[in-house]
Amino acid sequence: LATVQENPLTEGLERAPVHPTTLIIFGGTGDLAQRKLLPAVYNLAHEGALPERFNLIAVARTDQPDEQYREFARDAIEKHSRRPPDDAVLSSLLERMRYVGSSFDDPKAYEGIAKIAGELDDQAGLPFNRVFYLATAPGFFETIAQSLGERGLDTREGAEVRLVVEKPFGRDLASAQQLNRALLSVFEERQIFRIDHYLGKETVQNMLVLRFGNGIFEPLWNRSYIDNVQITAAEDIGIGTRAEYYDRSGALRDIVQNHLLQLLTILSMEPPVSFSADEVRNEKVKVLHGIKPPRPEDVPERVVRAQYAAGVAEGKEVPGYLDEQGVAPGSTTETYVALRLGIDNWRWAGVPIYLRAGKRLSRRVTEIAVTLKPVPHLALEQSGSLGVQPNQLILNVQPNEGVSLSLVAKIPGARMRVRPVNMEFAYGTSFMSQSPEAYERLILDTMRGDATLFARDDEVEAAWAIVDPILEAWENTPGPLPQYPAGSPGPPEADKILLDAAEWRPL
Amino acid sequence: VTVEVWAAEDTTPADIDAALRRLLEEQHARGQSYAPARVVNMVAVVDSSWRGEVVNRLERVGRYHPSRTILCSVEEGRATLDARATLTADGTGDPSLISVVEERVDIRLGPSHLRRLDAIVDPLILPDLTTLVWAPHGHHEAIEAMRGLADVVLLDSSDDPHPARAIKWVCSVEEHAYVVDLAWLRSTPWRERIAATFDPPEWRPALRQISKVEIRHRPDSVLSGVLLLGWFSSRLGWTPGELVPERERLHGRARAGKGEVTLSLEPVHDLGAPGLGGITVETHAGWRLSLDRGPGGLIARRRTKDGHESSWVVLGASRGEGGILGEGIRQALLRDPTYAPAVRCAGRMLT
Repeated sequence: LATVQENPLTEGLERAPVHPTTLIIFGGTGDLAQRKLLPAVYNLAHEGALPERFNLIAVARTDQPDEQYREFARDAIEKHSRRPPDDAVLSSLLERMRYVGSSFDDPKAYEGIAKIAGELDDQAGLPFNRVFYLATAPGFFETIAQSLGERGLDTREGAEVRLVVEKPFGRDLASAQQLNRALLSVFEERQIFRIDHYLGKETVQNMLVLRFGNGIFEPLWNRSYIDNVQITAAEDIGIGTRAEYYDRSGALRDIVQNHLLQLLTILSMEPPVSFSADEVRNEKVKVLHGIKPPRPEDVPERVVRAQYAAGVAEGKEVPGYLDEQGVAPGSTTETYVALRLGIDNWRWAGVPIYLRAGKRLSRRVTEIAVTLKPVPHLALEQSGSLGVQPNQLILNVQPNEGVSLSLVAKIPGARMRVRPVNMEFAYGTSFMSQSPEAYERLILDTMRGDATLFARDDEVEAAWAIVDPILEAWENTPGPLPQYPAGSPGPPEADKILLDAAEWRPL
Repeated sequence: VTVEVWAAEDTTPADIDAALRRLLEEQHARGQSYAPARVVNMVAVVDSSWRGEVVNRLERVGRYHPSRTILCSVEEGRATLDARATLTADGTGDPSLISVVEERVDIRLGPSHLRRLDAIVDPLILPDLTTLVWAPHGHHEAIEAMRGLADVVLLDSSDDPHPARAIKWVCSVEEHAYVVDLAWLRSTPWRERIAATFDPPEWRPALRQISKVEIRHRPDSVLSGVLLLGWFSSRLGWTPGELVPERERLHGRARAGKGEVTLSLEPVHDLGAPGLGGITVETHAGWRLSLDRGPGGLIARRRTKDGHESSWVVLGASRGEGGILGEGIRQALLRDPTYAPAVRCAGRMLT
């Protein structure tokens, strides 16, 4: 029998208990809440994964009664949930939703939150944990955090208070540092959860298991055996209705600074002593510190940026970026970026790491390709066949989640001819369930207080420190940018950053 | 989407195996986007007259399908094997996405085949995958025959109207395979919620003060309730005594340290789905928690020792019997260390 300090009843249960929680979503009527957060909360409710006592308070500018917000939430969940909602569960969940209509800089918003959250605690007879989720434009992050602090909503006796901050976390190093200072002047670091939804993806978490749960990879996972690494986040869609945001951001800020550098850190970090939040993040930060940011004068030979031109994508003719509605005339915002980095440590020194991200490319794929060095001597016959290619380990993040390893094998026949073949592990064929949405995992983790899959302050700043010199160099380099046709694999200029005989993996 | 079918009368396991390989090769040759699922082999042994019902149950399991299902329908008097193999794909229509292929082999066989079911099934199960055996209509001889091949036996201990006999059977199966018991899985949400109730550190000492556990169940699900009492006993170190019938109810006591816990099971006749209907836990200090089935989840009612009462709904959708079966299939790939100790305690209550 375990001691009462442990709770012996949790042994063997897949879902660890979560303390009663009130989730407060700033931006409760926004696109993110509508498409991701509300459906994720519903799916957690459906599975019985929410805390046994749970409330949701939405905060947004529109003035409307609770009932009207509940209708909005019902529509959002019915439209975007990954499973058809169960009427009884949905109705019960909606009953726990309250709404505060006020602008985020108006004290009334915080008075309203305090009043409702206090009433809910009183009704239950216990203090609920509070999770403040900032799903707003980034310009409000500081205001909201400061206002929460001014009204004493940053702490709660007998309960935990946490702050979840959506991306983008700053638009350069200085603004990220400023934002960190502002948040940390109110909340402690352990209370702050900086979201990068890529970390909520099963395939990304599986990278840790693949690397640290299988003995086969570790001996090869270093400069002696790895020739290069390519991390790709390609999208076939354009900017859609996000022109206002995207034109001020671009692919480097939108994808590389956060998602791709996160993938890179998980791929290349040292084994942590445990999977606690800080041990994992300590190792990730070490990787980021090991990446020497390109000097501005090196940027032209290590970084390529481009914009999509008119072309054919998703089976139809589409306009170029500069002709998209909402994009500033003559904009030099990149819709494609490719860059070469290196990690200066014993494991990775000299291994080129290529990152690329872009919109309106020929295919939607997010993957990491680890290319091993070729064999030192080849006695096999290569003529008349595709020949020997270096082994590649491909970690597919989306859409075909899984891992594949390319090997060479003999082509059946009288001659010793070879060609590459693949050993495949696909999530769809090896597990019987679909992966939950990343936001389901991440929202649950914020309620549990597990920060392993969230970025720490020093991590975010270290990532910006890598990207900052590139932004600086670009600011000093006028356009126009190279163009690539929509629906193509990207600009040919991207080839020039590749070293030796390296090639981009075909999209 | 059904992509390939093969069928034969008076056939052999070797012919079925060859046909399956051929179907997979043909399907692979048509496009690389088809990929066979490789998760778990499921061997289901069913009465021929209930085959359709079992097929329907398997189709309603939701997300958790076995990758290769070998459905053996037992027909009185049959001496030969007829078989049909089917490949189905979850085609999305998008050629850039992988379509996962599941395989099903329907075999019609006679009762005499069951004693050597292993010899029939062995060539058809995929090596290196977990093999799960399920015999929802009895056929214990089939489970015995599969001792050497089955990693997991899926059963529903509530199927047997004699709980003590059911526990004895479970214990004998456990000697050679991991058991996934649907009666146990029906109690999962209840176990989760009780564990959550006592999880805040300030509530954990109350685990030592529990004085009474009362379980309400559908009349045919008494074993789910006994297993839940077995779970309390094994997790909290209680020594349970025998449960004694009193009209429709079962009563008993468990020794818990220096104190005693009153245990009771009460049937509720108007419950729709099998399983538990409610539970009440009380402590010596006068604290009381009840959980009962309700719309949208479990209705929780709590009374504190000062008499304050509160009520709320613990959200969660009913999984339905299809979902329970799907969960059973999924559990074949997991291991719950708390089931076997709970079964042993349940056994002590039913001697």
